[in-house]
Amino acid sequence: MKELRRIAGGKFTVELNMFGTGEPLLYLHGAGGLVGVDPFLEDLGHSFKVLAPHLPGYGESTGVEHIDDVLDVTLFYHQLLDELGVASAHVVGHSMGGMLAAEFAAIDVHRVKKLVLVTPAGFWLDEHPIPDVFAMELPELAAHIFHDPQSPMAQMFTTIPQDMKLLEEMYVERVKRFTQASKFLWPIPDRGLKKRAWRIAAPTLVIMGESDRLIPPVYANEFTSRIRNSRAVTIARAAHMPMYEQQEVFVKTVREFLKG
Amino acid sequence: MKFTWFHLMPYRFLPEDFTSKYHSVWVDIPRDLYDPKVGHRLYNDYLDQLEFADQMGFDGLGVNEHHQNAYGLMPSPNIMGAAMARRTRHANLVVLGNSIALYNPPVRVAEEFAMLDVLSGGRLVAGFPVGTSMDTNFCYGEVPATLREKYKEAHDLILKAWTEKDVFAFNGKFTKLRYVNLWPKPLQQPRPPVWVPGGGSVETWDFCADYGHQYSFLSYFGYIAGKKVADGYWNVMAKKGKPLNPYSLGFAQVVAVAETDEQAERDYGPHMDYFYNRCLHVYQGFADAPGYRTESTIRSGFLAQVGRAAALRREGLKWKDFVKEGYIIAGSPKTVRDRLREAMKSLNCGHLMILQQIGSMPPELVRKNTELFAREVMPDLRGLWPDWEDKWSPRRLPESEIAVPAQLNLNLGGANGTNGRTSTNGEAHGRSAAK
Repeated sequence: MKELRRIAGGKFTVELNMFGTGEPLLYLHGAGGLVGVDPFLEDLGHSFKVLAPHLPGYGESTGVEHIDDVLDVTLFYHQLLDELGVASAHVVGHSMGGMLAAEFAAIDVHRVKKLVLVTPAGFWLDEHPIPDVFAMELPELAAHIFHDPQSPMAQMFTTIPQDMKLLEEMYVERVKRFTQASKFLWPIPDRGLKKRAWRIAAPTLVIMGESDRLIPPVYANEFTSRIRNSRAVTIARAAHMPMYEQQEVFVKTVREFLKG
Repeated sequence: MKFTWFHLMPYRFLPEDFTSKYHSVWVDIPRDLYDPKVGHRLYNDYLDQLEFADQMGFDGLGVNEHHQNAYGLMPSPNIMGAAMARRTRHANLVVLGNSIALYNPPVRVAEEFAMLDVLSGGRLVAGFPVGTSMDTNFCYGEVPATLREKYKEAHDLILKAWTEKDVFAFNGKFTKLRYVNLWPKPLQQPRPPVWVPGGGSVETWDFCADYGHQYSFLSYFGYIAGKKVADGYWNVMAKKGKPLNPYSLGFAQVVAVAETDEQAERDYGPHMDYFYNRCLHVYQGFADAPGYRTESTIRSGFLAQVGRAAALRREGLKWKDFVKEGYIIAGSPKTVRDRLREAMKSLNCGHLMILQQIGSMPPELVRKNTELFAREVMPDLRGLWPDWEDKWSPRRLPESEIAVPAQLNLNLGGANGTNGRTSTNGEAHGRSAAK
């Protein structure tokens, strides 16, 4: 189910996808955004009430001009949950969304029940520089974020439509999304989470992909060493997109952690 | 018609297999391809060429700002402006960078431009490009989402710093200053003319029209492809009720003159090839960071952009293609006169930024090209726009008030009377430093 909701006195319109019933689970997408067909969210909907908003600048969500930095975006999610009447929720964030979820959990400490960070951004290691996604053409991107770039899944992500009108729409949407993402990721995906991560109180699970070439598993330690109640797991035969690549394992891992 | 002799200052010695073997001419080009000893010679050759253009009667000498590339060796065009201020007399200094969003605080640009204006006796044209995506986003790390907003704020601050009579405080989003007080202030009052180089972003047309700045379209794809952009600009000007004064448009054009059309191809062909294939070998992933162009710019020219990118990638464009597509205007003086007249008329352009050193072109050829143009082409086009006043050129000091640098005496070397240039072991250099 999808709805458009105006919040913050009309500053933002939020395209909100919702799945299932149960404890609320806020899902924060990555820089690429939701795909439109995100079966892992439906799956999680069998156990939780999944709330998956598009960040302003993505899909039909508006209000980019009110978001410049991580504090702005944290307050945006805070306001959204307020207006949805959600007192507390599990938060699951992927990649850039993982970084924003961690920021959210560090600032809005008491609202987050449990936190799941999936191949999250937010730190930078000189010994393991994160490749520049903004400079990549699609095939190169696919080789970084998919365990098997030849899989139908990867092909779906990287196919360029032949129809020029469709191509223009796809290109414009991609530019809009990455433009907004650049506020948090450009040129180095580090906006000072290391100063704030110590505040995260929610039990935290970090999920990495075995063959992730974008944010390799070594980054898990940056989170687990700073977040007091945290641990990491690595999913096999998955890279940066484990929720698409290994949907079953991913959903099971998340569900068991949140229900446990 | 006014003529600015424009130099990109390329690195002339990229390897033969550069295009196939290397990733990009810009951003991540390997540093070992640059030899500073060669660079020393190039800078001095290039300044010689600009000084020669001054002597040949060009109205302006153009330099610009680019970073981390072999296509243009001027991270700081102001340094070239300073060098030219001392060794040229007549031409205006058209400094078509600074990319003002890159400097913190932007008053640094206001100060350096004021210095150049004072030093040169009021000959400065202040160029404010946004800068290419390669330069601003990839090399200088500016967040694409906020680049244009930051540019606009820097622009407002610099203009205010030049023109405000008293000390003022500036509370911007990107720059906060308690005391803005420009010392020195520019010689031209109220300020030097501002030219805004653009690459075809539609917002830049509105910006120029609203502030009364000159718009300079800088591309290397010539007047035929440039017509669409010029028309877009004039449409905006007309819509806003502004006069369609040709001098409010600048246009960059590669020009190559020889005795005959055939000789032009023999002389310049290999150097054009070097420029279009090696100097413009930019990795596509660096060409347009997401957010560098606004949605309306993308939508306005999407198909054309794709087309242009495709054309660029088409390897092996030859001399006749460059000429036919108008990328370059080349040939005998008569051919160049006719085509340039047609080009300037079709664009309604009063300020030509003429590129006569291009790619690997060696000094003697640059001199020939420049001299032939100045003698055989320029006079013929001078009177192209008799009914319009050029309001975008500097208002300098009268000749009688312009300071003349002392003659350089190369015979006065160090204390022993030798010239540093003759030293082979660096001894003379060490001695003069110890003085």
